Amino acid sequence: MIAPLTATMSRRGAVLLALLSAALLAAPWVVNDYLLTVLIIILYFAYAGQAWNIMMGFAGQLSLGHAIYLGLGGYVAATLFTRFGIGPWLGLLAAIPVATACGAIIGFLAFRFRVAGVYFVILTIAFAEFARIGFDNWSFVSASSGLFLPVRQYAHNDLWRLRGDPAMFYYVIFGATAAIFALCHVLLKSRIGYFWLAIREDEVAARAAGIDTFRYKMIAVMVSAAVTSFAGVFYAFFYNNLFPEQVFSIARSVEIILGPIIGGIGTLFGPILGAFVLTGLAEALNAAMAACSLDLPGAKQVFYGICLLIVIVALPDGVWPPLARLLGVSRSKT
Amino acid sequence: MSVLLSLDGVSKRFRGLVAVDQVSFAVPQGAIFAVIGPNGAGKTTLFNMIAGAMPPDAGTIVFAGEPVQGLSADAVCRRGIARTFQIVRPFPALSVEDNVIVGALLHRRDVAAARALAHQLLTQLDLFDKRERIASTLTLPDRKRLEVARALATGPRLLLLDEVMAGLRPTETDRMVAILRALNRGGLTILLIEHVMRAVMALASRVLVLDHGVAIAEGAPEQVVRDPAVVQSYLGAEEV
Repeated sequence: MIAPLTATMSRRGAVLLALLSAALLAAPWVVNDYLLTVLIIILYFAYAGQAWNIMMGFAGQLSLGHAIYLGLGGYVAATLFTRFGIGPWLGLLAAIPVATACGAIIGFLAFRFRVAGVYFVILTIAFAEFARIGFDNWSFVSASSGLFLPVRQYAHNDLWRLRGDPAMFYYVIFGATAAIFALCHVLLKSRIGYFWLAIREDEVAARAAGIDTFRYKMIAVMVSAAVTSFAGVFYAFFYNNLFPEQVFSIARSVEIILGPIIGGIGTLFGPILGAFVLTGLAEALNAAMAACSLDLPGAKQVFYGICLLIVIVALPDGVWPPLARLLGVSRSKT
Repeated sequence: MSVLLSLDGVSKRFRGLVAVDQVSFAVPQGAIFAVIGPNGAGKTTLFNMIAGAMPPDAGTIVFAGEPVQGLSADAVCRRGIARTFQIVRPFPALSVEDNVIVGALLHRRDVAAARALAHQLLTQLDLFDKRERIASTLTLPDRKRLEVARALATGPRLLLLDEVMAGLRPTETDRMVAILRALNRGGLTILLIEHVMRAVMALASRVLVLDHGVAIAEGAPEQVVRDPAVVQSYLGAEEV
């Protein structure tokens, strides 16, 4: 995976990526626990944003219901862990097919019956809402009272069961973010990636070029759902609790797409950059308000709104494309 | 000469309007076949039915010995019929090269092999120097040639061109005519819908004239433009 990754990347881009990776790898030795937790949240959003980006940024299918894959992943792994003592990595092997099957159902209904545009978006929201209401009333998973993972002080990190200190969680989500970055890069440079971009750009023209658009849209939804489910597993084991009201809520779907929108939809660095910008600035805002002993509930949401407005007005393609030109790592000419 | 594409009694109606009424014709292998007619004659509807964009209500369309009527657009393309659009639709945010690579990947798994074919076609269509440009920044004549390149990249046996000359200046039209002639010499069969009679007269070996969805004449171009029914309905008093 490394060879095709470096072959198609500009030299400067590869150097920047190496520097960023080195800095992130060294972070747990340098920063305190609070900052490390912020970095975990940033990487979690970078990962989830990248996963959503496969469907929207590459294949042009807007999902506002990605919380369903997040929630299914979390619930499958957490239930297996609390009820049967099955660890999260084996749980992931169950979570991925469940989320993928759910994506396949939504995709099939939409693409088979030509539910497109706004109606497709509504369908994705509707499924997440079904799941929220369903899980809220399903006693096997403790319904609305929520699912809790046992929390204890651990003598040492147990990577197999994902129990341990923040540094362990940090490296897990860092590895996952690196892996999905590499996966997206390879996908984008492959035959399937070209077909996705063609569908995103003009579906009628894509069909005229012989592309079976149903098939490739299905693959996009299923791949996106599958990788998103890992974010759910991580979420469950990091926060140690799951409530249907929270994990399946539309707010969850929206917050994972803000990063890619701010950073640049359809780009590889956009979701990562967007996660850093949004979470980084929001935490800085929190810290600044705490320092001035200000207490304004909802300030973060207002801040997100302002960030989104600025980006939509000033940088409609997101922060990454102009930044890439500035850094000299962009190849495209307009 | 063997027949590559044949239509038999093909009809399409939109509610009460009969857009195409029992049209039959045959395109021989290796021909350049033109369909002409006034606006609203049903040319684009006919074209869309061949390309799989809409199914005919009646009749059969046979390509290379197999019926293709009612197949989806992508399936038709995979059988070997590639098309361009009257109102061009390149993939706007992709580079010129990537636009053609998409077509070339239809019968290739390897992106490098697809890129090699794309470079060859872009050279042939005078677009090689613009290969890194974003498609939406091209001029109309360039976008028209890009569409032809993308269609050719799918490796068709029959190329359908929907008013590929419209909006081109005479010198650009002559260039396009030269390109299409070269492609035809290479063995490609071409079916074109065209308003620009200069191009039709220069290119076509056979012409079909549609009027109000009905085929009113078919034959060699010199012969068709002298046909009284054609002069009456389409060409009017215009000197050709």
